Order: sequence, then structure tokens, then C-alpha cells
Amino acid sequence: MGKSSPVRDQVASAAVRTVNRLSRMTGRGSGTVVGGRVGMKIAPDLVASLASGRTVILVSGTNGKTTTTSMVVAGWGGLVTTNETGANMPAGHVAALVESKSDHVALEVDEAWLADTLASTRPSVVVLLNLSRDQMDRANEVRHLAERWRKALEAHGDDQLVVVANANDPLVVYAAEVRANTRWCDVPTSWLADALSCPKCTLAISHVGSAWHCTCGFAKPVHVTTSLGDELVVDGTPVALDLVMPGEFNRSNAAMALTALHCVDVDLNEAVRRVNAIPSVVGRFSVRRWNGHVLRLLLAKNPSGFAAMMATLPNDGSDVWVAINARVADGHDPSWLYDAPFEMLRGHRVYCFGDRRLDLATRLDYARVEFVVVDDDTSVPTSKETISLLANYTAFSDWLARSES
Amino acid sequence: MTTICVLYPDLLGTYGDGGNGLAIAERARRRGLDVELVSAGLNDEVPAAALYLLGGGEDGPQRLATDLLRTSSFAQRVGDGASVLAVCAGLQILGATFCVEGDDEYEGLGLVDVVTSRGERRSVGELATRVGDQLLVGFENHGGRTTLHGVEALGSVVKGRGNDGKLDGYRTKNIWATYAHGPVLAMNPWFCDEILSAVYGVELEPLPSVADRLYEERRRVLSA
Repeated sequence: MGKSSPVRDQVASAAVRTVNRLSRMTGRGSGTVVGGRVGMKIAPDLVASLASGRTVILVSGTNGKTTTTSMVVAGWGGLVTTNETGANMPAGHVAALVESKSDHVALEVDEAWLADTLASTRPSVVVLLNLSRDQMDRANEVRHLAERWRKALEAHGDDQLVVVANANDPLVVYAAEVRANTRWCDVPTSWLADALSCPKCTLAISHVGSAWHCTCGFAKPVHVTTSLGDELVVDGTPVALDLVMPGEFNRSNAAMALTALHCVDVDLNEAVRRVNAIPSVVGRFSVRRWNGHVLRLLLAKNPSGFAAMMATLPNDGSDVWVAINARVADGHDPSWLYDAPFEMLRGHRVYCFGDRRLDLATRLDYARVEFVVVDDDTSVPTSKETISLLANYTAFSDWLARSES
Repeated sequence: MTTICVLYPDLLGTYGDGGNGLAIAERARRRGLDVELVSAGLNDEVPAAALYLLGGGEDGPQRLATDLLRTSSFAQRVGDGASVLAVCAGLQILGATFCVEGDDEYEGLGLVDVVTSRGERRSVGELATRVGDQLLVGFENHGGRTTLHGVEALGSVVKGRGNDGKLDGYRTKNIWATYAHGPVLAMNPWFCDEILSAVYGVELEPLPSVADRLYEERRRVLSA
């Protein structure tokens, strides 16, 4: 890789803009990835040179990346450079960094690209939300991912980097404990199925209340600086967290976003007011209309995401729609349906949509949940009630595109 | 009461492997058969059971599961006739040796004469195996290459890799093993019923359900 050159970087940046504009005009894509790829062909160090001199906050983890990044953006206030379409690999980062010149940068990062992105963007803060099984055909094994995070953080030379890490996720703690400057966040974390066996020694981790430890000595960090119970406390200061968006997991995401902003000296009281007011993020939690139905769109991509999202459903026996695909962006293997606690949907009638609706219906059948396989979308009877629609990644995009606000 | 035991879901449950216990117990119940579904975690004794289910897992957990089983009553109980469905890592564990990170020859339980070495590349994708006149459909994700020594394969690979690109899994009197991970019993009602029938020693009538539609769809897709 050659040394960075200002002229080449300018040419590359111009190419990114042009290609992305063309991509959008021709309707071939959302115009965030293809231009980035072209730019990096011209200037391989483009992310590094574009990020240089700016204050960067990175957000990574299995679930909540997009939402938490949006919270960082909103909480920061003013113009913030960000990859809001969720293009979270280097090409998407390049596109975001070219599009906006703001000195404040918030980027969500695919879990597998954390090492590269740490090295290229040299962030002030990296937020590590959680790690759990997701897209196993692509990422393989989640413990392996934790190991890679740990190695990346160990190798990272910048002592100024602050790691904002979830103290209740043993895999995150395993990765983040190698850094001296870690802000441990004691935030509710419900999914522990991937942290039953110790990432250090493989023996059983004991979870008692919110505490956890292994006999080998690996345990929940003692010195937490952010804690979230009924109220949020950051560095000893209560913060008035009161989100418009639903879900306990979103409160955890907000607590970590605010902690990150606190680390770059953003006023917490102003930040939390802006975060509280976020109505929805890229369509998530938004209420949409489709074919006479009123739908609340909920994105859930993996077992922990489904567990968290199903916990937000009203316990009123209402109909629930679930849409499942297994395309590239979803992972081709829908085995994870059996790791998600669909038994939580007992008492609801579930309409099964998506390419893999039969996999879903079979899962629900074995869970003894009432289901309807929807082979013809127009056959579903309409009702006046708002229906919760849970969908995984590409199914969610389909429903967002086909529905109206 | 017939007990079906999912072994170490906390170690060997990487790919929806819990679905196998769920599916087979539910299909037993719907036929009015007495069934009890239990699981044994890594701090539990291996209980007596008519059928044990072993799933897939990552390297460290696979090693630990093997060590725990080695010092348990498991081999004795299988020797006495208990049945086993072993999937992915489970398939490797029952064999003579397998590979895990840091160990090219980790000693398995030696219940079946098979050896797993490191494959040239990881096998990830849909797997279809011809078993008699049936097709077993599923998904595989593993790094092993398994060689059978005087043991019958479960079937021959139609799509995907399985043991070695030609054969998938193995079959003894009371052990079924396949690389089709996760909810293989949920996806393949005929396979689930074959095991159920053997465990209970009874002929079973078909049990129509939406799983039949799923199976037909996957069979069509994977045969194409």
C-alpha cells in the first residue's frame, strides 16, 4: 500500500461522489457502497486520510449498532458525519466521510471489520454493545469474533482511545478488558445464551442477578462508570433518560451512546434531551400503512434481537406478523429460528411472511404457537388495530419499501 | 416414560440444535407417546435416557464437552443401548480423534471408528444427503473432513460437502450422525420419525403438519 497523497485522495473522493450519484440516479443502489469501493481502488488509505483530524466515535456489536449510532448523532447535535444507511464496512465509511465534512464523525462498524476500522479511523471512542450469534454462515463463530476484537484492541497503539463497553456481556468484557481506558457500562442485557461458557477457560459462567463470574477468576468488572436501572447514572451524575422509542434494549443503547458523548465532552443534559426525542431510526419502530393495514415495523435479525423485540409486544392476544428471509444480508442459514424464543408468541396468532415463511411456520408449530402461512399477501383480513410486524433484515427492507408512512 | 436428553446445550447448541429435541418430543407427544424432554448442562450429571442429542459447537466448548462426556456414564449408557443423534461437533466427538484449534488430534470418545481431520476449507452451505430412497436436507458449517473406518455412512452427498464431499455422517445400530446441523429433525419429518420409531420400537403412522410443506420445498430447492 503506497503512502497517502493529497492529490490522489482528492481524485478518489471526487470519484466516490460521482459514482454514488450515478448509482442513485440510475436507481441501481442506495449509492453508498459502490462509490466507496471505487475510491479505495484509487486510494487504498482513503478512510484514514478522510478521518484524519476529525473526532470519531465508532459503534460495533451484534445488535443495536444502527440505533446507537443514530443516538450518538442526535445526541451530539449539529452536523455529524455518519453512515446512516447501515453501510458499515470500509466502502460505506468512505462514502459517509466524503459526503459530509463535519469534524464530528459517528460510524457503525460491522463486527468483523472492527480491527481495520480502529486502525484507519483512529477514533476517540469505540462503543462495544454486545456479541451474540448472528449470520453464522458468514461470521462463523461468535467466540472467535470476541477473540479478534481482543487482539485488535491489544494491538491498537493509541493510548487515548476510550472503550465504552457493556459490562454485562462476558464476550464484550473479554475483548475490552485488555485496554486500560475502558468505561464499563452496567446496562440491562437479556441475551446470555452465548456467554454460558467462559470465553477464557470454557467452564460454566455463573450468572446471579446482574452479576456473573467464572471459577477461573474472569468476572464482571467492578468499576462501572455508567449504570442503568430505573435511572441512568453516568460518572455519578443522574441523567434524565426517557425515550420515545420502546424497548429496554434501546435504553441500554442510549446509555452507552450518552457515555460515549460524555467522553468527548458533550453536555449530557442537552444530549439526552435530543436522544429522548428520536421517534424511530431508519424506519425501525415506525408506524406504516400497507393495503389497509396499519403496521408497526420492528427489525429483529437474530435470536437475541427477536427475544428483545418480542418482549416489547403487547400481551393482549393481538395478531402479530413475522417476515423471514434468508438472503445474503440475512445469512443463508435460518437454523437460528430455533435459538429464538418464539414460545413468547403463544397467545398471539402469527401470520408468517417472507421467503422462509415455511421454516418460520414449522418453528412456530413446534413451539405450539398458532400460525397462518401467508402465501398470498392480499388474503390477510384487515383490522383497525395497529399490527406489530417483526422482520429480519431484507424482509424489513422489503416491508419498509412496500408500505407508506 | 421415555426420556430424550439434549446434552450440553450450553456448549453444543451453536446452530439452533435445541430444535431437534423440541421437534422429536413434540412429534412423540402428538402421537400420544409418553415422553420427557430434559437437558443436561455442563455442571449436570448425564441422566439416563433413551435418546441423547448432541449438537454443534465451537472449538473450546467442543473440547470441554468431550472431556465431560469422557468422565461421565454416557459411553456406558450408549453401550447398553441408548440411542444418539450426533450432529456436527457431536458427530466428531463420538469418533476416535478430531481437530480443534491448537490440537490436530484431540482424542474423542472412540464409540465409533471415525477420524476427523482438518478440511482444506470450511464447509458452509446447504447440505442434501441421499439416505435410502429419502433425501435429508439441511445446512452445514464446519471445518472437518471425516473418514469412516468400517462404519456405514448415513448417506451419500447430493449437494454440499458432508464428511468428505461424497458421504455424510454415519449410522450404527443406535447412532445416527450427520453434518446437517441445527433443526435437522424439524426440517426432515421422515428422519425424525425414523429415530422416534427406533427409540420406541413401534411403527408410526404419518403425522401431517406444516413441516411436510417445508420439507417438500427444501427438497425441491436442493434437488434442482
